[in-house]
Amino acid sequence: MIALDDVYKSFGAKRVLRGVTLQVPDGENTVIIGRSGSGKSVTLKLIVGLLEPDAGQVTVDGAVVQHLDREALTELRGRIGFVFQFAALFDSMTVADNIRLGLARRAVPGDEIERRVGESLAVVGLEGSEAKYPAELSGGMRKRVGIARAVALRPRYILYDEPTTGLDPVTSADMNELMVKTRDLGVTGVVVTHDMRSAYAVGDRIAMLHDGAIRQVGTPAELQATDDPVVRQFIEGRPDERTAV
Amino acid sequence: MEAGRALGDVRTWGPLLFFQMRRLGVDSVPIAVFIAVFTGIVLALLSSYIFTGAVPLYFVGALVGKTVMMELGPVLTGMALAGRVGANIAAELGTMKVTEQVDALETLAYDKYSYLVVPRVLAATLMFPVVTAFAMAVGVTAGWITAINLLDLSTPEFLKGLRMFYQFKDIWFGLVKSASFGAAVALMGCLRGLGSEGGAQGVGAATTRAVVLGCEAILVLDAFWALVLL
Repeated sequence: MIALDDVYKSFGAKRVLRGVTLQVPDGENTVIIGRSGSGKSVTLKLIVGLLEPDAGQVTVDGAVVQHLDREALTELRGRIGFVFQFAALFDSMTVADNIRLGLARRAVPGDEIERRVGESLAVVGLEGSEAKYPAELSGGMRKRVGIARAVALRPRYILYDEPTTGLDPVTSADMNELMVKTRDLGVTGVVVTHDMRSAYAVGDRIAMLHDGAIRQVGTPAELQATDDPVVRQFIEGRPDERTAV
Repeated sequence: MEAGRALGDVRTWGPLLFFQMRRLGVDSVPIAVFIAVFTGIVLALLSSYIFTGAVPLYFVGALVGKTVMMELGPVLTGMALAGRVGANIAAELGTMKVTEQVDALETLAYDKYSYLVVPRVLAATLMFPVVTAFAMAVGVTAGWITAINLLDLSTPEFLKGLRMFYQFKDIWFGLVKSASFGAAVALMGCLRGLGSEGGAQGVGAATTRAVVLGCEAILVLDAFWALVLL
């Protein structure tokens, strides 16, 4: 299980997280929603150890991430797949090489690597794209390769950073389906998004991050029925009163 | 310190080393040769201009040889490669940093120093002397061809001057210097690239800084080796 306990994180004078506490149950998709700049992506990077909290602790499977030495952190990252907002594919490598890279690190045998490359590309519907370079792919295809790269590792957890941002509605729906399919394969997901349609489609639980802390956590139905004005404003997409015309 | 620790992770950087040696070293030979040709020509003409009427002209060979092997070969090649190699590394790693490719690498359980820094620094350290050796040979040859075609000097006279003050140290002094230049240029490129922030502007600033720092490091190291080894 992933857990954040009273986590604080600042960048210079900007205090991004101010006491975030959140549990991510195994086998579910937990969606973190919140306005741009609210610290959603920072939360994901804390989970995988790309950033360290200033205070509080992040634990994955009982291990406190910021206390892990390099070797243990590498081992932990072997259990976590990360899908980046802009895919972060290695542009000097083909699609297949992007997927092979993580597998080679885990000393997966050569024929097994090739099998998993084919399998993961089939999962995201990109069979036959092995030899293409990221520059030859559309934004949606790149994101799908990003998911294939994560899925191929057969991780226990996948962290998705804004998986549907910038995609057309049909491709977004495809992405949502993929995240549900991955959850059904037994992978625990943490999805960061401000796309409410996607949050309702993939989330077993939704947590709203606001003012550096978790404002509310609940099932999609609970969130839709909330009386909290901040949560309501966000899920209904209403403008701030001060900016409303 | 991180790069030093990553040096032990041979499994990661080993397979990448030869590719980087080709990219940073072999692909840099044309620019080094271009510079060396014109350095050799100018040195021969300059020394002839300085020596005429005062010093026997065969000293042209001595001046061309000593200067190309000990100073201009390593330093001019180093400066050119600070531009080519330093900028290349900083721009590549800077782009990887701002597009989260470096983060992606780490989430795939790779150490960024083992995968990105060590192979580049090692490749530059090993290949700068090789490229410089080419430049030395080409520079002296260009000086010789200039001397026999444009100056009143024969091949035996040029070789007499070349041999007169030659010591084996002239060559290894230049090569040791160039190895240190390679390490410094690549390290600056890696550090500035991985330190990039923002977008294209941040990468541009990091690249410029890497080239400037690389050139400065070459001049400081040049003085250091002169103090230590001469």
